[in-house]
Amino acid sequence: MQLTLEFGGGLELLCNSVKVHKVNVDLTDGEENLTMKRLLSWVRTNLIKERPEMFMKGDTVRPGVLVLVNDCDWELSGQLDTTLEEKDVIVFISTLHGG
Amino acid sequence: MASHSEEPSTILEEIKALKAQKIDIDARISALESQLRDTSIAKQLPCNGSCPSISTVDSNLSNNRLPSDAIYRYSRHLLLPSFGVQGQSNLLKSSMLVVGAGGLGSPALLYLAACGVGRIGIVDHDVVELNNMHRQVIHTEAYIGKSKVESAAAACRSINSTIEVIEYREALRTSNALEIFSKYDLIIDATDNVPSRYMINDCCVVLKKPLVSGAALGLEGQLTVYNYKGGPCYRCLFPAPPPMTACQRCADSGVLGVVPGVIGTLQALEAIKIASDVGEPLSGRMLIFDALSGRIRVVKIRGQSPQCEACGEKSAFTPEKFRDFDYEKFTQFSLSTLNLISEDSRISCKEYNEKISNGEAHVLIDVRPAHHFDIISLPNSLNIPLSSLDSRLSEVSAALKEEEARKGVTGACIYTVCRRGNDSQRAVDLLHKHGFNSARTL
Ligand SMILES: [Zn+2]
Repeated sequence: MQLTLEFGGGLELLCNSVKVHKVNVDLTDGEENLTMKRLLSWVRTNLIKERPEMFMKGDTVRPGVLVLVNDCDWELSGQLDTTLEEKDVIVFISTLHGG
Repeated sequence: MASHSEEPSTILEEIKALKAQKIDIDARISALESQLRDTSIAKQLPCNGSCPSISTVDSNLSNNRLPSDAIYRYSRHLLLPSFGVQGQSNLLKSSMLVVGAGGLGSPALLYLAACGVGRIGIVDHDVVELNNMHRQVIHTEAYIGKSKVESAAAACRSINSTIEVIEYREALRTSNALEIFSKYDLIIDATDNVPSRYMINDCCVVLKKPLVSGAALGLEGQLTVYNYKGGPCYRCLFPAPPPMTACQRCADSGVLGVVPGVIGTLQALEAIKIASDVGEPLSGRMLIFDALSGRIRVVKIRGQSPQCEACGEKSAFTPEKFRDFDYEKFTQFSLSTLNLISEDSRISCKEYNEKISNGEAHVLIDVRPAHHFDIISLPNSLNIPLSSLDSRLSEVSAALKEEEARKGVTGACIYTVCRRGNDSQRAVDLLHKHGFNSARTL
């Protein structure tokens, strides 16, 4: 499944400072659709190069990270249970505090 | 410069001729301009309905009793069909509090003062510093070392002498926030740290005030409106604070001055929309600005959460609870200098200097990020950023062995150094936990 993943607010530093990643995530045997839960573990294994604790806590994102699926807060689509479709755009953004 | 091939008299004659032509041309331009003015006024006169003709503005003005100096001053606002007299009149009656007179607060205050917000309050305990002036554009060099609030208030008053500006030259605390906030219609969060953001949010929830929240760092910015007409609050979105290591500040991480400029200006816009009751405030949505790619995306965020600790159904946030809440503890973010390790794990710069003069065996570890180290560093220091220290302890052991071999001694000490003295303490703490008991911070 082709997806566009974007990292912002400093999270890109965890994946070699690259903000936009066009990726292909395959369904494993017996999987009917790709959920955000599976995508997160895929991201952790394949994209996060350092300090994974800055991205995840347990099986979800750490506090202070907003997840957007097609420009919409993932809380509105079922969080970890959100099912993804071909060409979806998923944004991981760390909230900023500076001024 | 005179050309060599021509006589001075020829040149003077040409200048004279050109000047004569110029007078003719200017006269013609001025005649055409006045002709144009007459034509456009004639065209506007028969217009009624959608066109804001002078007579309709006048009748609205008398209803809202806008003073004549205000009509002149804000005429370009009054001419806007979607803003008009009603919008301006609402604005003149409004009051806003800006918390933070820094990178976000500076541009916000300039616009709020200029557009005629009736009463503006400014809270900040800091002083104007030269190394912040690239983004804190309301301050001038004459105010370096003086209170930011004093400086910003003076700038606001010099832009608009008809508004009221109230100064709070103090840090915002749970003990003064309720009293200060209660005097204003809406609050603008232009601060730069996590505990302040939670504190401001909770105080707005307790007092039911809309909150225009902006943040900027590096080349990115974020903007949204919280606690507005049943929309989410900051805690609905971020119930748990981020880990302390994820909280970078402009003072440590850098920021392109114009980025908070963009966000602070948009904060002023949202505040003006709410106060004048015009347009759709950015509630339930968040604007995300990426300066490098030149992209602004507006995303839909969750609504108000019934489980929210601050604004939810079972909300226990009363004024009493707010006053007693420890925001530094909750966010594990100290607004003052960190005090993580004991006094005997510290060494003064003077002591360190003596050790160098005596040629004592030691390793100096600079735990700042690599690009800080590249700007300037102490001689013979080893750069291992705090974020990677955990995985690079073998380099520390190797450096110690090398130093001991070179000096022909054992028991070389480790000293750590950073920018503010907080990360170097965390480094010492981490080194102690891994058996490097000689580690001390500078
Ligand atoms: Zn809430």
